[in-house]
Amino acid sequence: MSRLAKPRKPSAGEEKMSEAPLYADRVRVYPRAVHGPARTFKWAVLVICLAVYYALPWIRWDRGPGRASQAVLLDLQNERFYFFNLEFWPQDIYYLTGALILGAVSLFLVTSLAGRVWCGYACPQTVWTDLFMWVEQRIEGDRNARMRRDQGPASFDKAWRKVAKHAVWLGVAFWTGGAWIMYYADAPTVTRAFWTGQASSAVYGFAFLFTATTYVLAGWAREQVCTYMCPWPRFQAAMLDEQSFIVTYQGWRGEPRGHGKRDAAAEKKLGDCVDCRACVNVCPTGIDIRDGVQLECINCGLCVDACNEIMVRTGQPKWLITWDTLARQKARAEGRREPIRLLRARTVIYVAALLLAGTVMGVALATRAHIELSVQHDRAPLFVKVRDGALRNGYTVKIVNKTHEAADFALSLQGLEAAGMAVAEENDARMPILTLTAEADSVGTFRVLVFGQPARLVDGSQDITFTLRNAATGEQTSYRSVFMGPGGRAGR
Amino acid sequence: MPTKIEKDSISGQDTTGHEWDGLKELNTPLPKWWLYTLYATCVWAVVWCVLYPSVPGISGYFPGVLGASTRVQVTNDVKALAAQRAVTMDKLTATPIAEVRQDPQLMAVATTAGRIAFANNCQPCHGPSGEGRPGYPALAGDAWIWGGKLADLQQTITYGIRSGHPDARVSQMPRFGADGILKPEEIAQVADYVMTLYGKGTAGADMAKGRAIYGENCAACHGDNGEGKRDVGAPALKGAVHLYGDSRETVRAQIANPRQGVMPNWNQRLDEATIKSLALYVHSLGGGE
Ligand code: SF4
Ligand code: SF4
Repeated sequence: MSRLAKPRKPSAGEEKMSEAPLYADRVRVYPRAVHGPARTFKWAVLVICLAVYYALPWIRWDRGPGRASQAVLLDLQNERFYFFNLEFWPQDIYYLTGALILGAVSLFLVTSLAGRVWCGYACPQTVWTDLFMWVEQRIEGDRNARMRRDQGPASFDKAWRKVAKHAVWLGVAFWTGGAWIMYYADAPTVTRAFWTGQASSAVYGFAFLFTATTYVLAGWAREQVCTYMCPWPRFQAAMLDEQSFIVTYQGWRGEPRGHGKRDAAAEKKLGDCVDCRACVNVCPTGIDIRDGVQLECINCGLCVDACNEIMVRTGQPKWLITWDTLARQKARAEGRREPIRLLRARTVIYVAALLLAGTVMGVALATRAHIELSVQHDRAPLFVKVRDGALRNGYTVKIVNKTHEAADFALSLQGLEAAGMAVAEENDARMPILTLTAEADSVGTFRVLVFGQPARLVDGSQDITFTLRNAATGEQTSYRSVFMGPGGRAGR
Repeated sequence: MPTKIEKDSISGQDTTGHEWDGLKELNTPLPKWWLYTLYATCVWAVVWCVLYPSVPGISGYFPGVLGASTRVQVTNDVKALAAQRAVTMDKLTATPIAEVRQDPQLMAVATTAGRIAFANNCQPCHGPSGEGRPGYPALAGDAWIWGGKLADLQQTITYGIRSGHPDARVSQMPRFGADGILKPEEIAQVADYVMTLYGKGTAGADMAKGRAIYGENCAACHGDNGEGKRDVGAPALKGAVHLYGDSRETVRAQIANPRQGVMPNWNQRLDEATIKSLALYVHSLGGGE
């Protein structure tokens, strides 16, 4: 499981110190091109992921005049997140928590069933690295050509190919960074602004940032990100067990490996592995799957494709490297057969957690409130005595109207004797119920003055409750607050 | 003195030649990047000294060839800010105060400017949120001596109260005790009567006497029923809010030898737009009429 890094061979000078070096040198990986079902599937996922990423911001969605018309938009300026027909306010941030929980548990479930397929196929790091490797292959040729050129002397051929490769990489990276900002602003508008130099510095900044990170992570860092930077490989072991389907070298069949004749007359009985190292050469993380399950393996299955090609060529049965569970492999080595076990404690728990979180999210989404009320008592003065002897408290009342029409709301008050309310600077008369109008899809803020003559104040304050009711729909909500006066700690 | 410079066998580095009880010191050169960073900062320092104020003299300093000065910069910034605000502030000056409220944008500017001006100028007496204290009227409440309409507020802030300005609001309560207009027991009687107007009357007091004294001496300004008269600046005695407090002692003292508060005429310090903003802000505290 752990074959973290090949320790560097100590150089002559270091020999004396005879200590293991602190850092392993990076061994450059030159993956060879390969063909087969795993590779085809990986291309398909790549195309779909990239298509979604680049095209999504351009999908339009009609939400009525004057409103954002982009299907998926995180509008930070106006504090809205649009997702097709859903619309989220900053107060709805807990849906993000829910979505993250769903995402995490799905990842756990998939990993416990089929290993790190996320890493192998869908992770942005994998997708962009694959894309960059494809570009590299077009320009610099396959593994052997690349290795030869890198080791060879400087030449015009080497120079133009390197320059071209990095230019294309930067182009792709820029396109990636450019697409990113479109999730934060109306895509056509921000594109026009970007190219006419009118976009904000934040837009240019983020475009640059994501261009740079894409270029560095997918072009230069590659498997180093998966091995050293990403936390996922560190705790994948907690999700995998011996029943998970993972890319496995069937040692019982392949060993002893070796070149040479495989007929009965051969003096040494050899397994199916011809030790051609094709599986190592295609591996994007540069490891040897024949060493067993490893931290670096992203379960991409490219070694499966590579070995199948060899098996066909040597006239042996395919799938020497295959997808299987460790338990079944162990049984096969002992000459037994074992059934596939999908139902295990952990998969059942993950499915249950998934269903629970999904249901909670669904119900919360379906019964989402369209009004919200928040009331804040003035910090100073806590209360004011008015001429007729009543006490006056000031409150900032915020009404969140999530409907798409302006609406009248009735604000009433419970729990205060001789209560009357007025909107500051609007009405002078004290009224038992205030009618407040909040515009469509916005927050209405009102300064409400409450007059009252509480019979007894405990510690200078009394609990009261504001109730808000949408006059048209009848939807109702309330908010607890306090009314303050002299006496106690609050007022002297 | 260095005695024996030798090559260290492990690092391949020369030693400094110093030796202490067998310990030898390596003469490891500074890393290149460190050295060049040092050189770069030296160059930077020289260039800086030429461009910016640097070398001190006896009575001055070398101002640098760019002539940079943070003081000039601040002055310019303040000027630029004033210029930037000029359009709005001019508009505020030109707009009659009652109409400012019809213009939401102007109103937003005015209340913000008003809040800041209030904190800078009014807060020491009237309190941070206009809650007032004895002798300094509460501006958040609804008990106004000179009126709580926008125009009243603007007038009061502009010219002040007993400020010495010719247009200032002036009222003068006679010193009934100090000038011998009423006898001490008469003052006590009228004070008892005033306490009933405050809603704190005490049983057993001789109300008829006090009432009569009130009618002769006080009603002309404070009104027959203690409702006050704003055009002469006589506070209402009826009600729950009183400038100097509501104890009998305070009332007696105020009749015998009244305190006469002073509010400055702010037109000596603030421009018209700011005063308007202040009036609008005070009006919005909750008690504006
Ligand atoms: S060992 Fe095979 S499955 Fe694992 S990363 Fe390498 S090529 Fe992919
Ligand atoms: S590709 Fe297959 S045959 Fe070749 S070394 Fe790998 S496991 Fe052995």
